[in-house]
Amino acid sequence: MTEAVPSYLSPTGQEIVFLLLGAVAVGSALLVVTTRQLVHAALWLVVCFGALAGGYLVLTAEFVAWVQVLIYVGAVVVLMLFGIMLTRAPIGRSADLDSGNRVVAAVVAVATAAILVTVVIDGFRTAYAPLTPGPGSARELGASVFATWVLPFEALSVLLLAALIGAIVLSRTDIPGGEPADPPDDLSRSTPPPDQTGGH
Amino acid sequence: MLEVALSFVVILVVFLVLPLIIGQTEHKVMAHMQSRLGPMYAGRFHGWAQLIADGVKFAQKEDIVPAAADRRVFMIAPAVALIPYLVVLIVIPIDRDRVAVDLDLGLFFVLAVMGIGVLGSIMAGWASGNKYSVLGGMRSAAQLMSYELPLVLAASSVAMAAGTLSLPGIVEAWQWWWLPWQAIGAVVFFLAGLAELRRPPFDMPIAESEIIMGPMTEYTGMRFALFMLSEYAGIVVLSFLTTVLFLGGWHGPFLPGWLWTLLKVFLLAFVVIWFRVTYPRLREDQLQRLAWAVLVPLSLAQLALTGVVKVLT
Repeated sequence: MTEAVPSYLSPTGQEIVFLLLGAVAVGSALLVVTTRQLVHAALWLVVCFGALAGGYLVLTAEFVAWVQVLIYVGAVVVLMLFGIMLTRAPIGRSADLDSGNRVVAAVVAVATAAILVTVVIDGFRTAYAPLTPGPGSARELGASVFATWVLPFEALSVLLLAALIGAIVLSRTDIPGGEPADPPDDLSRSTPPPDQTGGH
Repeated sequence: MLEVALSFVVILVVFLVLPLIIGQTEHKVMAHMQSRLGPMYAGRFHGWAQLIADGVKFAQKEDIVPAAADRRVFMIAPAVALIPYLVVLIVIPIDRDRVAVDLDLGLFFVLAVMGIGVLGSIMAGWASGNKYSVLGGMRSAAQLMSYELPLVLAASSVAMAAGTLSLPGIVEAWQWWWLPWQAIGAVVFFLAGLAELRRPPFDMPIAESEIIMGPMTEYTGMRFALFMLSEYAGIVVLSFLTTVLFLGGWHGPFLPGWLWTLLKVFLLAFVVIWFRVTYPRLREDQLQRLAWAVLVPLSLAQLALTGVVKVLT
């Protein structure tokens, strides 16, 4: 983990690409929250996720990179776009997209970022790890997940299963039980709509 | 370096020529299945130049952007729909050691990049500023979300069987008895892939009798041609993938390997066309039921079967 640190004044090609990808990710993330057009926000999110995946690739974490594209770009953003188009998706600027809390939100965001950056800088200081292709490949990752980290992995899958079953139970109105005193009409109205219960 | 550049040029040529050949085949096969002749005049011999003539016509047409559309998104959308299929081709092996880039995670790469293509049709649907387009875009999104799962599950069954995610590695490990062993997975993969391409009978998003042309309603000229090209490029990519994953790619007696791959690809493309002529369009609820109540359980059963056989042998 700690090797001789090469000079920062002559960055390698990898480091330059990584910095550029980081700039793209931060820039598009800013556009996600500042754009006045709802669908454009979701599309900028695609750019942001793509830049993140590129960052993973540069760091030789190939598997994580493609999972990022498959899950976030391919599924989560499509789900969001579907949700937006199902409710309202006006073309052009929406006047009501600015929240009154935006100053507070900005403060919270900057504070969180500051904490994370301090922790990372404090934790690693000048530690330098040369990038060698291999540890991010599917074989290595699978071996470590199913050998070293098998208990957390199984615990997480049970947690996800519980969340899935919970979402199904919440969104279904034809399951008897729950509140026995209520007539069925009130029961169906008291359950939240399915699009709010789905999580990931 | 030169070899890589050369293979990219070959891939670009394949990407531009194969969809045209399949499009022309579709014209003729559909026509003969419906007791028609199809194109007969362009290029004299059985209308072989019909699609070239179509291309010239598309290039001459005015490129119209509707006043109510979101200009930039509207203009980017065809590229977003087309480019993923071009990128996918670089990891598909044609013959033993004939692949532009041998990615260790080839299968994952392919599935991830193919998922991006659907964003193009959602973007087009929304940006057109047309209610039929928005409906088509939403149907595309719903269809993608439900068919992505069986597609990935069926593909991972093969990866389990071969013990690798690299596409040349999977073909290398393939043996003839994988045909019956992975048959369910092959059918699920092919059907789910067809649904992702929005080809009939899964063409609810572009159902022309109710929502005109779905996301493509407002497109004209070259941009419309790009959408058409992406549909046929999608058929090429799906046929290649099914060949490589389930039909053993270059394996086969007598003929050279690349010819076997192409033969299998054209056979599958013929099946795609055959499906279009044979089956009526599925209704939206039938579509969703097929994905969740049939294909997902089948692909899970295939995964279990693969696991059991893999442990026993």
